[in-house]
Amino acid sequence: MIDCNLAPLFTVISPAIASMLILISHRHPNIREAWTIIATIVTFSFVISMAPKVLSGETVECVLFEMIPGVEFAFKVDAFGMIFAITSSSLWILVSLYSIGYMRSLNEHAQTRYYFCFAWAITSALGIAFSKNLITLFVFYEILTICTHPLVAHEESQEALAAGRKYLLYLMTSGCFLLAASLITYSISGTTDFNPRGILNSEVPEFFLQLLFICYLLGFMKAAYMPFHSWLPTAMIAPTPVSGLLHAVAVVKAGVFGIIRVICYVYGVELTYHLGLGLLLACFASFTVIVANLFAIGEDNLKRRLAYSTINQLSFIILGVSLLTPFAIMGGMMHITFHGYMKITLFLCAGAIAAITGKKLVSELAGVGKRMPITMVAFTIGAIGMSGLPPVAGFLGKWYICLGAVQATEFFNQASYLAFIFVVLTSSILDVVYLFPIVRTAFFTGSNENLEREETKKTIYLFMIIPLLITATFSIALFIFPNALLIFDLAEKAVEDVYGGWLR
Amino acid sequence: MIDTFVEQFPILIVTTGVFSAFTILVSGIFSRKIGYYILLFVTAIHFMMSIAILNYVISFGRIHYWIGGWRPPWGIEYVVDHLNAYVLVVILFLSFLSVVFAKRSVEKEIDEKKHPTFYTVMQLLIAGCCGVVVTGDVFNLFVLAEVASLATYALIAIAGGKALRASFTYLILGSIAICFYLLGIGFLYAVTGTLNMIDMRLLLQNIYDNKMVQVAFALVVVGLGIKAAVFPLHTWQPDAYTYAPSAVTLIMSTVVAKTFVYALIRIVFSVFTVNFLQKYINAWELVSWLAAVTIIVGSILAFRQYNIKRMLAYSSIVNVAYIMLGISMFYSYWGLSGALANILNHAVAKGCAFAAIGAIIYKTGLKDVRYYSGLAKKMPYTCGAFLISALTLIGIPPLAGFVTKFYLMLGCLEVKNYTMLAVILLGSLLTLAYFWRVVEEMYFKSVEDENTHGNAEERFNEAPITMLAPTMLLAILCIALGIYWLTSIPLEIIDKMIASMGVILK
Repeated sequence: MIDCNLAPLFTVISPAIASMLILISHRHPNIREAWTIIATIVTFSFVISMAPKVLSGETVECVLFEMIPGVEFAFKVDAFGMIFAITSSSLWILVSLYSIGYMRSLNEHAQTRYYFCFAWAITSALGIAFSKNLITLFVFYEILTICTHPLVAHEESQEALAAGRKYLLYLMTSGCFLLAASLITYSISGTTDFNPRGILNSEVPEFFLQLLFICYLLGFMKAAYMPFHSWLPTAMIAPTPVSGLLHAVAVVKAGVFGIIRVICYVYGVELTYHLGLGLLLACFASFTVIVANLFAIGEDNLKRRLAYSTINQLSFIILGVSLLTPFAIMGGMMHITFHGYMKITLFLCAGAIAAITGKKLVSELAGVGKRMPITMVAFTIGAIGMSGLPPVAGFLGKWYICLGAVQATEFFNQASYLAFIFVVLTSSILDVVYLFPIVRTAFFTGSNENLEREETKKTIYLFMIIPLLITATFSIALFIFPNALLIFDLAEKAVEDVYGGWLR
Repeated sequence: MIDTFVEQFPILIVTTGVFSAFTILVSGIFSRKIGYYILLFVTAIHFMMSIAILNYVISFGRIHYWIGGWRPPWGIEYVVDHLNAYVLVVILFLSFLSVVFAKRSVEKEIDEKKHPTFYTVMQLLIAGCCGVVVTGDVFNLFVLAEVASLATYALIAIAGGKALRASFTYLILGSIAICFYLLGIGFLYAVTGTLNMIDMRLLLQNIYDNKMVQVAFALVVVGLGIKAAVFPLHTWQPDAYTYAPSAVTLIMSTVVAKTFVYALIRIVFSVFTVNFLQKYINAWELVSWLAAVTIIVGSILAFRQYNIKRMLAYSSIVNVAYIMLGISMFYSYWGLSGALANILNHAVAKGCAFAAIGAIIYKTGLKDVRYYSGLAKKMPYTCGAFLISALTLIGIPPLAGFVTKFYLMLGCLEVKNYTMLAVILLGSLLTLAYFWRVVEEMYFKSVEDENTHGNAEERFNEAPITMLAPTMLLAILCIALGIYWLTSIPLEIIDKMIASMGVILK
């Protein structure tokens, strides 16, 4: 019954196995953390080991069993899934190191639960990346919602619990829509397997397909587009590594990933264009891109400001894909990784500042640059990247999406697509407006009086500083060598699949 | 040789059950302890016999047993096909776990003098339920249903206090229900002159237009509906579940409830058949609307309860509604599969929840969810089991409850009923709402009193092994069953069950 390459299965279950080991060794923190670190490295190696096969065009597939006729519980690794998997699994290594420093320096409670849930979140993120069909994706999507709830409510205060409730309300509702949409797709086409050419056809009334698409969009509320975004800033009450890895990479990207899957692999680019859904979605995304940045300007809490920035960037990726041209889709796919690295840098910096100085508001940051210069330099790199300026990777994503917009005018013979370039530029300017004042306040204001340091354990801080330096370095490295993590090749391969070898 | 031996098992389960009840009562004269072990032993044997029956039915087909050698339609016939073999395994498995669970709980909650009688009545209850499941005779079904019901009234009342009133309410409503049923089969007897189900089915075929038959159908459905706690005929059930001793709640919510759901399915599909339903399809559609209302209203009512047992009671009503929703779509393969799968899934999940709550009440005496703060630290295994059962009932994949939801949704799509699709999803969200209150209280709130400062042994206060083992087993089953259903291996049996219900799908 099991025919296949077991690599995807091992990749997905190794964090889950680690979670069990974590639970068993809950009395010995050092052993517990060792399991996490081992799992991160094992998982990442598994993911990378599959990359050459994927690039050479072989299918890495693992069919476990058939759930209902035509729908298997199966993993299939393709280029696009690899992008998401590489991003989450590589960042998991760094964030785990960071977590150790962060959780121990703040002496947090319930650390076992924290690491347990974190490992499960990665399992489900990888499961989403490697799912062969919508139903398998849904299974992991729901697990992801449930296992991240304890991380959001970690603080156990009234506020955190309320945030947790809101989180569940939004995401479980979206899960319902996703399940409904997937099953409707199944009842129409008899399959839910992702196919680069799309699985729906235009035999069904157009209106119905459009409605189904909206159902899918509601299903991927994890992408935090407006007006369904408010769970994300609220969820920022979670510990910083959670906000960093899950609410800038794994969870929210799962939403974006799903939307791209639906556009390119369920509807197919052609049908999406034919139904007029691309332009509609692009307009929606543009709205979020601009408005989220306006919200960010007015936000004083650093993490919440970053959350709005995440909302902006997520919709930016959606915008790229909804332009439906090869360059734009490629830009959107690459931006998943680029944004992941840059945003995590920013979050890790925010966390380090909060852990070391206890400051959480932007207005309090005066003088932090002098006290924590390395951290603030990393933050600056992240900020440059967010604004889409070279030499940080964020530029590439924006560049490709703008190219895509130009391409769209040729493709669809409509000059109006150029308007989206304007959207991209405006949002970049707004990015500068809310991120650079932070840098300025930190470096150039404040007296030297707050420089006195508390008694601190250096080694624990090293656990925090080193990961954020690595992510900052990668943010630049990805600009110079976009292929550093094979991202460029993979994105190219994915777009080639979708457009049937158009690119070369 | 062994095969013909298995054919005797259905009758043996019922008769030895009744004899065992008698033995327990008599043994009570000599020792108050021995009764429990007799019950445990007999139930274990019965469970193994039920597996043998299921195995036999799968490999050789239907079992017919003529009591006293009288040929039907004159004598009483016991018929076991795929459907009731499956239900028999489910109820005997849960009976066995309930009995294992009962020991410590009964020791604490019930006066020692009453133990022999308690176990006698419990044995009668199990025997009665098994009888209802295996019989192929509508009147015999009535008799055995009465045995089971009377035992239930007694078991509820044994707790004393408010349970007396709950038991009395149930007694009244249960008797009305049984009267309805009796009246219904009386009408049927009047028009057909037979009590054997198979015979009755054949004779009814040509007289579906007869008013008497239609009235009989309504009476039987309402009667069994009350017993199965189908909304709006459920009013007895929350009180009964709340005030009964924990062990009794456990066995009622799993064994008794499922037995009457089975009886309803059996009468509707095997006596009246799909053809009858198709003829009056508009009337039968009412059932699906009723189920939809129940799912929504029941969940909201559950949300309003602070007493945990009451909350779970309303949740049971909702789950019966899922089964009803499934059988209301009798022309859909997935709808029926969902209903049949939920008989097992709900029994396991709700059994797990009630067992966990029983263990918590045993240890702490707390019934109000608002006082469950920090319980997960004191009783990590019990709370873990409760969490799993909650997730199952919400329908998180890949747990068992998800399968129910999944199949029912496929059923809705099969018959293009998008309203019910939305209802099922809304129901699962509401389930999340009322279970998450409890989970939040257990896991995310801590109590600040002197106890928490004690050493680890004092704080760690887990339930005894005889309560913990069944709870954990059920929790593991919630996960294992979910995955097992999803591999679609058991669908083969479901196919046969649907065939034995006389449903022929395109």
